[in-house]
Amino acid sequence: MKMTKYRTIHEIKALIEKGETTYEEVMGAYINRIDQVEGTVDSFLQVLKEEALNQAKAADENKDDKTSPLFGIPYGLKDNICMEGVETTCASKILTGFIPPYSATVAEDLKNSGAVVLGKANMDEFAMGSSNENSSIKPTKNPWDPSRVPGGSSGGSAACVAADEVVFALGSDTGGSIRQPASFCGVVGLKPTYGLVSRYGLIAFASSLDQIGPITKDVTDCALVLNQIAGHDEKDSTSVDREKEDYTSYLQKDIKGMKIGIVEEYFGEGLQPDVRKRLEEAVEVYKSLGAQLVDVKLPTSDYALSAYYIISSAEASSNLARYDGIRYGFRAEGFDDLLDLYKKTRSQGFGEEVKRRIMLGTYALSSGYYDAYYKKALQVRTLIKEDFDKALSQCDVILSPTCPTTAFKLGEKSSDPLEMYLSDIYTVPVNIAGIPAISIPCGLDEQGLPVGMQLIGRDFGEKDILKAAYAFEQATKHHLNRPTLQEAR
Amino acid sequence: MEYEIVIGLEIHSELDTKSKIFCGCSTAFGGEENTQTCPVCLGLPGVLPVMNKKVVEYAVKAGIATNCTIARFSKMDRKNYFYPDLPKAYQISQFDLPICEHGTVEINVDGVKKNIGITRIHMEEDAGKLIHAAGGTLADNNRCGVPLIEIVTEPDMRSAAEARALAEKIKTILEYTEVSDCKMQEGSLRFDVNLSVRKPGEPFGTRTEMKNLNSFRALERAVEVESKRQIFEIERGNPIIQQTRKWDDDKGESYALRSKEEAHDYRYFPDPDLVPVVLTEEYIQNIKGSMPILPWVRKVRYMEDYNLSEYDADILVSSRETAEFFEGTVAVCKDAKTAANWLMGDIAATLNEKGQTMADVTFTPAQLGEMIGLINDKTISSSIAKQVLQEMFATGKDPKVIVEEKNLAQMSDTSELKGMVLDVMKANPQSVEDLKNGKEKAIGFLVGQIMRQTKGKANPQMVNELIRELIDQV
Ligand SMILES: [Zn+2]
Repeated sequence: MKMTKYRTIHEIKALIEKGETTYEEVMGAYINRIDQVEGTVDSFLQVLKEEALNQAKAADENKDDKTSPLFGIPYGLKDNICMEGVETTCASKILTGFIPPYSATVAEDLKNSGAVVLGKANMDEFAMGSSNENSSIKPTKNPWDPSRVPGGSSGGSAACVAADEVVFALGSDTGGSIRQPASFCGVVGLKPTYGLVSRYGLIAFASSLDQIGPITKDVTDCALVLNQIAGHDEKDSTSVDREKEDYTSYLQKDIKGMKIGIVEEYFGEGLQPDVRKRLEEAVEVYKSLGAQLVDVKLPTSDYALSAYYIISSAEASSNLARYDGIRYGFRAEGFDDLLDLYKKTRSQGFGEEVKRRIMLGTYALSSGYYDAYYKKALQVRTLIKEDFDKALSQCDVILSPTCPTTAFKLGEKSSDPLEMYLSDIYTVPVNIAGIPAISIPCGLDEQGLPVGMQLIGRDFGEKDILKAAYAFEQATKHHLNRPTLQEAR
Repeated sequence: MEYEIVIGLEIHSELDTKSKIFCGCSTAFGGEENTQTCPVCLGLPGVLPVMNKKVVEYAVKAGIATNCTIARFSKMDRKNYFYPDLPKAYQISQFDLPICEHGTVEINVDGVKKNIGITRIHMEEDAGKLIHAAGGTLADNNRCGVPLIEIVTEPDMRSAAEARALAEKIKTILEYTEVSDCKMQEGSLRFDVNLSVRKPGEPFGTRTEMKNLNSFRALERAVEVESKRQIFEIERGNPIIQQTRKWDDDKGESYALRSKEEAHDYRYFPDPDLVPVVLTEEYIQNIKGSMPILPWVRKVRYMEDYNLSEYDADILVSSRETAEFFEGTVAVCKDAKTAANWLMGDIAATLNEKGQTMADVTFTPAQLGEMIGLINDKTISSSIAKQVLQEMFATGKDPKVIVEEKNLAQMSDTSELKGMVLDVMKANPQSVEDLKNGKEKAIGFLVGQIMRQTKGKANPQMVNELIRELIDQV
């Protein structure tokens, strides 16, 4: 099939430079692919075919600025990232019909690089969930096995990349929402350091944890996209003002002497046996590359999940209060008074998981419980950060599973929120600490489903994790595994 | 036994910044509804607030002027509640770490001085405005994100007069430091009154809060009426319920809005979208260095250097513009007493009449100084000066030019005046006779006649001398 011709940003770029294809041809192939598989995968809430094709044609005609590596490349944008004039819903009924009059800074950055949005990717409602089943529109399916979930909440973003519907995608990661679906879908997903990428235009779930990041086919593409979206933004006071880096410059095979930290507890109970096996093999790969393995401890990470659900739900309860039925999106009908309007709109407009977290967060912030929950959670947050600082002073990166299991079946965990939350057990501490982490493919399980490996770095240590990830990728070629997705009937 | 009234104030003041607290929208008053808004101040999904540096600077200025400690580290918090005038359903404010704390302000009521404690000053954003129309309620979001500071006092005031004095003093401070224009009719300065009553020596009673008073008179009346109401209830054995009350200034009474039992749980927590406000020693020192001379410092100087009465000095320093105008005038004419008299007399009266303030004066302090110079060197009389002043108000022209153009210089030509004096005395023999008989009053009439004939240009002292000199010739 023609799709095998196109895989990564850098490979497409090379084909174009050699004159073997055109931007229009590339875009046409991806649109064609969407027509074939979208009925099976359901990655997108909206596909912008016409606009994308027009931009691709314009790209071919534009003789000037094709120097940017992302020029003319189709990508998917998670539906919680605003794009001027394009409906943005966070996969929630309550935001139906919301058309932002502004673009997120990342969308603007990518537009400036010439990249073309081909679709708004499906997600768990307001980015709350680990399976994409919380989308109020439709669940996205895992391209490796459509009876399974793609992971969440950036499940649409991971699935559209894995299914070759776009070359790369942007997701957002609050507790693992980029890395976990990347792991389930066998692609590369990076959660950058908090503050490296502007959050302006990202519809907030939990502001102090949310971070936008790339989902790509390989580590090189990840660096290329990060180059475009990283950097200070005056519109986001939490974005850090620091010098720009060229992340591709850190991609090298030689990692001799690099110190890789292993947390023993992360390989304990609850880890699926063949996930453990793939991780152990990965450790051997690093040894063979001359890396030095170091045992490190993260004693407070047991409390990370609890702290995470308190902090993220508290912030969410506040961030989501603006959807009151007055200004945009859905408004309930047949209300008696103002309070009734608020109550009915929010009862009918939000899904179960969102309401669950709003209630949890409201409770945690209320007077009388603030000290016992929210304040405690902030204290735990400090301890977790200190744990990571200490561990990462002994090594360059920490290696861990991304998730305890491979992709589970649709409906398998959706009735048990606590079971679902455990899916994020290895990813959540990273958001609590605000540090960067990447998930890359490290093989397949016995059922042929992708297994993800997580590499965690210091504050602004993207260079370290990209370097370690690239060396592994080059040594193993796991990233070349692709799903044998049947075309939609 | 008499009751004692215990009053604490919360003063909201709109800061005089060009743009809003977290975005670039204009803060101008009176724009067409919803024209001064953007995604940020409307709290649209995904957008983020960014702190306006001017707001921090103004809050620090207000803190320095009220003798507060300036926090080196403070943060912005969210105050959560649902209301249609609040687009994000939370207000960004400061909770446990305000930017200024522990200040004092001196008040003076009938010569008795007293220090009132300032608990804290914090920064926050204003909410929108609801317009209740026939078809329903409309929201005007122009005010959303207009920067405010809230000044909270200790419950140190014991009378309506003290509460008013504190409110006036705060207004003076905010105007002086140019932190706020304090236009009360535009809501730039508004007061919440926390009030309770007790018998002296007893612990504080239950307090009520009256919100959004926007004049000194309303403040005073609200205190008087509410304290009487509380005493009335207590005397009848009824408990005071902690509640928020709305003051109706037209009716001169307050009514309960909501009681404490239904009070909101605001669920304050640090706003994760805004980094903490961290101020360096250097930053604070720089602001200290840029502060204007404060009114109480000026007042002492006026009394010591210019020998003005406390009353005069108080009036002159009551607004920064008046004080600066006064100083500019004195610098030219070197006559503080006369400058003070003109500013407090004719100039104040004229502005009052026109409903204007010192800012509207079209002539410069130097021009006023020049005019006083013309009086002092006897080029014009004080009564002519009144005309010159009005002309200056109207045209902004130099007093010398006005005197010349209108030919207002005093007649000091003795021979010309002599003839006129003789004519007037001849025409009024009775007055001359009276004067000769020692009725001194008569000379006033004669001088008046001459002044009328010369349209005030005659030098009255010279006329006086001439009458006495010529009286024997009639
Ligand atoms: Zn605005």
